[in-house]
Amino acid sequence: MREDHIVSDAQKAALSPEVVLQEMKKNGVTHVVWLPDSETNWLYLLMKAEPWLTLVGVNREGLAFSTAAGIAAGGKTPLILIQNTGLMESGDSMRGWTLGMNVPVVLMVGYRGWTRHGVNTDTAATYTERFLNAFGIQYYLVEDGADAGRISIAFGEAKKTRRPVAVLVADEYHGFN
Amino acid sequence: MMDTLELLKIYNRYRGDAIVVPGRGGKHWVNISTQPNRDLPLGDPAMGGHASFAMGLALALPQQKIVLFDSDGDIQMGMGILATIAEQQPKNFYHFMLDNECYATTGGQPVPLAKTIAYDVIARACGYPRAYAYDNLETFSINIERILFDPGPVFVALKVKPDIENKPIGSRVKWRKRSQVQVVIDMQKELGIAT
Repeated sequence: MREDHIVSDAQKAALSPEVVLQEMKKNGVTHVVWLPDSETNWLYLLMKAEPWLTLVGVNREGLAFSTAAGIAAGGKTPLILIQNTGLMESGDSMRGWTLGMNVPVVLMVGYRGWTRHGVNTDTAATYTERFLNAFGIQYYLVEDGADAGRISIAFGEAKKTRRPVAVLVADEYHGFN
Repeated sequence: MMDTLELLKIYNRYRGDAIVVPGRGGKHWVNISTQPNRDLPLGDPAMGGHASFAMGLALALPQQKIVLFDSDGDIQMGMGILATIAEQQPKNFYHFMLDNECYATTGGQPVPLAKTIAYDVIARACGYPRAYAYDNLETFSINIERILFDPGPVFVALKVKPDIENKPIGSRVKWRKRSQVQVVIDMQKELGIAT
């Protein structure tokens, strides 16, 4: 067998960008406000091809929260797609533009540095959940495709509580951790 | 430099039924506007976000004209949004910026390059198809109708006198009559937006 055909069980089970896109459609997402991270390129290519989605690229993650607040005020359904590093940069914007304005929005956050065995060497991972807890933001960990239903749970909770809810994408669409 | 109150009075003559995000001009605008349910006087949810909020609103409501009165301090904090707006090209977005050359709400300290930065040039370089700058009411009043008639996105830098506040935040006059959440709800009701 050629090496590039060897696929681990973890990779077979990985959260696929197609599944993420299905979850977006199922939950009525109209706009994805995003800043790329190293693992979202496949998702980007899929999103770009969908006529029901508008992609709004920002260049600093804090701007994603105020953008999403405007989209939600206009009656549409934004999704924020960023990495945990950018999430931490966004603290005041998240506070003022989403928590302070009762904006129901799901944040899909690439969980850079997360490891299944719990020993991480990346402070981006060290502080991610602590950061969310400091703001009282509920979050759901999505490790692989079998967890994808948690994305819909997050949408339901955001709508019910009129607050941001995070989905931590722990395997960043590839199954390597 | 223009007086913000007088400038907003001139704009109001040509408002039509636009949705107005008055930004830091809000304390004047709430006393001028005759359509409060089409206003979003949010105060300052978090500095640097007014342009992105208003752009998001414009993308969500393409049939409505969205007018923002941004500020120089806000723009400098999130200047990258100009590229995003230029990329999205919302034809219903009218981006005015009150340039008082300082952080008025913290005592009037200057913003970087307060006297020399050319915001209209930056906006045009980012890709806004139209960008203007005015420093007196006469030329502003001559041009405002045409600016609002043509499609957006348009950027208009306006030199205004600073309304410097030096009191502790807790002892300042509260000009907002409704909460941030309430103004959004009122606008949504006005436009028949179900949430």
